Amino acid sequence: MKRRDFIKIVSLSGGGLILAGFVPSVFAGNDSNGNNFQGDDPDKKGVFAPGVFVRIDSTGLVTIIVAKSEMGQGVYTALPMIVAEELDVDWEKIVIQQAPAGKEFGSQTTGGSTSVRFSFDNLRKAGATARMMLISAAALVWKTEGSNLYTENGFVIDRISGKKLSYGELVDTASGLPVPSDVKLKDPKDYKLIGKKTHRKDTPPKIYGTALFGIDVKLPGMLYAAVKRNPLAGLGFNSYDFADAMKVNGVVDFAEISGKIAVIAKSTWQAFKAAEKIAVDWQKGPANEMSTQKLREFCISKLDEPMEVIKSEGKSRSEIDKNLKMIQADFELPYLAHAPIEPMNCTAEFKDGKMEIWAPTQNPQGVRKSVAQLLKLSEDDVRVNVTFMGGGFGRRLASDFALEAAEISYKIKKPVKVTWTREDDMRHGIYRPFSFHRLRGAVNNDGGIEFFGHHVISSSIWGQQSGNNPSPKDAGIAEGTTEIPYKTAGFHIEGTTVRNHVPLAYWRSVFHSQNPFAVESFIDELAHSAGADPLEFRIKNLHNNPRLLHVIKRAAELSDWGSKRPDGTGVGIAVFEGYDSYCAEVAEVTAAGARIKVNKFWGVIDCGLVVNPDTVEAQMEGAIIFALTAALKGKITFSNGTVDQSNYDDYPVLSYDECPAIQIEIVSSSEKVGGVGEVGIAACAPALCNAVFAASGKRMRVLPLNG
Amino acid sequence: MPEYKLKINGEVKTVNTDADTPLLWVLRDELGLTGTKFGCGKGLCGSCTVLINDEAERSCSVEVSKLQDKEILTIEGLARDREHPIFKSWIEFEASQCGYCQPGQIMTVLSLFNKHGKPSDADIETALTGVLCRCGTYPRIKKAVDQLFENRG
Repeated sequence: MKRRDFIKIVSLSGGGLILAGFVPSVFAGNDSNGNNFQGDDPDKKGVFAPGVFVRIDSTGLVTIIVAKSEMGQGVYTALPMIVAEELDVDWEKIVIQQAPAGKEFGSQTTGGSTSVRFSFDNLRKAGATARMMLISAAALVWKTEGSNLYTENGFVIDRISGKKLSYGELVDTASGLPVPSDVKLKDPKDYKLIGKKTHRKDTPPKIYGTALFGIDVKLPGMLYAAVKRNPLAGLGFNSYDFADAMKVNGVVDFAEISGKIAVIAKSTWQAFKAAEKIAVDWQKGPANEMSTQKLREFCISKLDEPMEVIKSEGKSRSEIDKNLKMIQADFELPYLAHAPIEPMNCTAEFKDGKMEIWAPTQNPQGVRKSVAQLLKLSEDDVRVNVTFMGGGFGRRLASDFALEAAEISYKIKKPVKVTWTREDDMRHGIYRPFSFHRLRGAVNNDGGIEFFGHHVISSSIWGQQSGNNPSPKDAGIAEGTTEIPYKTAGFHIEGTTVRNHVPLAYWRSVFHSQNPFAVESFIDELAHSAGADPLEFRIKNLHNNPRLLHVIKRAAELSDWGSKRPDGTGVGIAVFEGYDSYCAEVAEVTAAGARIKVNKFWGVIDCGLVVNPDTVEAQMEGAIIFALTAALKGKITFSNGTVDQSNYDDYPVLSYDECPAIQIEIVSSSEKVGGVGEVGIAACAPALCNAVFAASGKRMRVLPLNG
Repeated sequence: MPEYKLKINGEVKTVNTDADTPLLWVLRDELGLTGTKFGCGKGLCGSCTVLINDEAERSCSVEVSKLQDKEILTIEGLARDREHPIFKSWIEFEASQCGYCQPGQIMTVLSLFNKHGKPSDADIETALTGVLCRCGTYPRIKKAVDQLFENRG
């Protein structure tokens, strides 16, 4: 095929396509064949690139670009499925590549259970646009009407003559065509791929050990760095002595970076060893006085104080009939770490005034921006390649680890990989906030909720990150408190924010990992106070919400809710609506003395139209296990302002033998695509603790249970 | 720095490194065998599991100087046979999410696979309990492993 100039088209985040002189970036990272690639420049061969998400070369090879981060949730499969569906290509023959940070991709932030939910329409258009242009190209070649043509498995076919042309043969012609502004999308009833259980494209390279994670990056001439950080977050050093560290074999240099000290060596192990030998006099501050115990005492003292009202509807507490029993319960949740198994790491190379970064990040655009700001570079001179990552869970939305690598490389003018030890990761993390909750409520003589009050005390994540001091109403801490799915005659939400030095993070489902625990546990307490079955009580008091009602009923049926269970064994239910999805979970536990054995979890999710049911099921399983780890074991505590935990021995995560049986059901639906990744978190801890109550009569209001 | 000859995936490799370097870092930094993963550095998470003389071992906790004359197998060595029943079972049940712990899970299962006709549930549980997964793939690993050994009869 003759080489020619190609018209490059940029897809705007809004979905509109414009023609532009855009030269696609040189990609680096993983492809789905298990190859780590660099410098795959689509300009080197004939390619048809209508938009930034699809490339087809003259051999018919279809490359689909994933602009979200694959951290286990399955975007390497689900997002290309959407494109491939509309493009009508053979799923087995496509190759998937990771996009670097780039404004042309729209938001690349991977979080908030948004990847499939918010990309769905845009990616359908990307696939359909390419398909329509290929049909137009074939119509030109055959001098016929497009309406006579259809597509199937990578071919355009003439309905009348039966003639066929492969997409590869049409690349040249299609590249010269104008991009249609309006494309017809498939009728969902014609989907062949969307909705089918589809094998993950990233599984083979991951299980063969060939997938490129951040920690696996190796550049020519690269050095290895470890970093010493003040155990008291936010402060730097007064002085340090590097003499002993310098004696460690392989140590070549050290660098001061933003209040931290980096040691640079010829291997990771040498860097780790040397870092331990740097003697540092760290800055101290008032935060040295902080401890979990003091924080707890302070928050408990605040629980009963009237605080800023976030939402108040219907009757106030003083208006409730004094003959009704007002119950009250306090709940408490700790700080948590994300503790992904791949510790924080990042590789950077500063060369000829430009910075190139290889980061396991959920937020490549954020890394690009923050590196540019720190080093006073133009964003155009900062390139961020996204690798696979060994778990994200919100930890990798922050850019701290990438800034370290960038700053070191900038100073030593050599490529460098920074690797955190597990201890670094545990002690210098960013943490899910603690929270305290006081709930008050009363049930009327008709079994309805007469009053529901909730005072939440926590810290504002975005407030800290933005440097603002938002009021409790705007602090985010009330997420999951103000919209509960039940009818109430009186509803009253108050909030108190606490500020301290502990760096905060978004953690899978954010405040939905805590507020629904208090709410759904307390709904159970209200049911019991009224002598009602917790399932019936929920159904009776539910707002008109057919989708939530359906998942509740299905969870009850699957778990055989009303059946007689052995003494000491009980079931508990909790429900959640969020991220445009609906979820109910039932836990069955056996309580023997202080020991709690989790036998089984049932989870039902309605997330609207499903792209890949297999990854939805896996995400629900994973969310339950992630939340169960937190509910049973997770706790980060502070003494003298510093984190007490250090590794998986004192911050344990659920292991194989502790994992309950899990049964997931996905509701078949053609509703708008909902979120998935975080949906299964919220109902887990309350279902668990409600089951413990059913099994033992003991209310568990403080997490973790084994803390 | 002393020189060590290591037998890895059936080949003899020569490395010059400090005697106390854990096998994990020799594999990853010296030999480019990055399929073996670093998770905790203390034998707590199992992501760095390799076979040493057919036993599943934590490569983060074995010093390079202790490995003369031993046969080391990593995920890359096993993956020369992409048709291995473990891989097939892992793909069938989609046991991987982020994938980071999976080489350690697979090498742990391989030690059972190479040893027993059919390990007991307790053997499987004991072996896999030492390999942590943060994504929560245990239910699928269980299905994959159960089928693996059922197929063997």
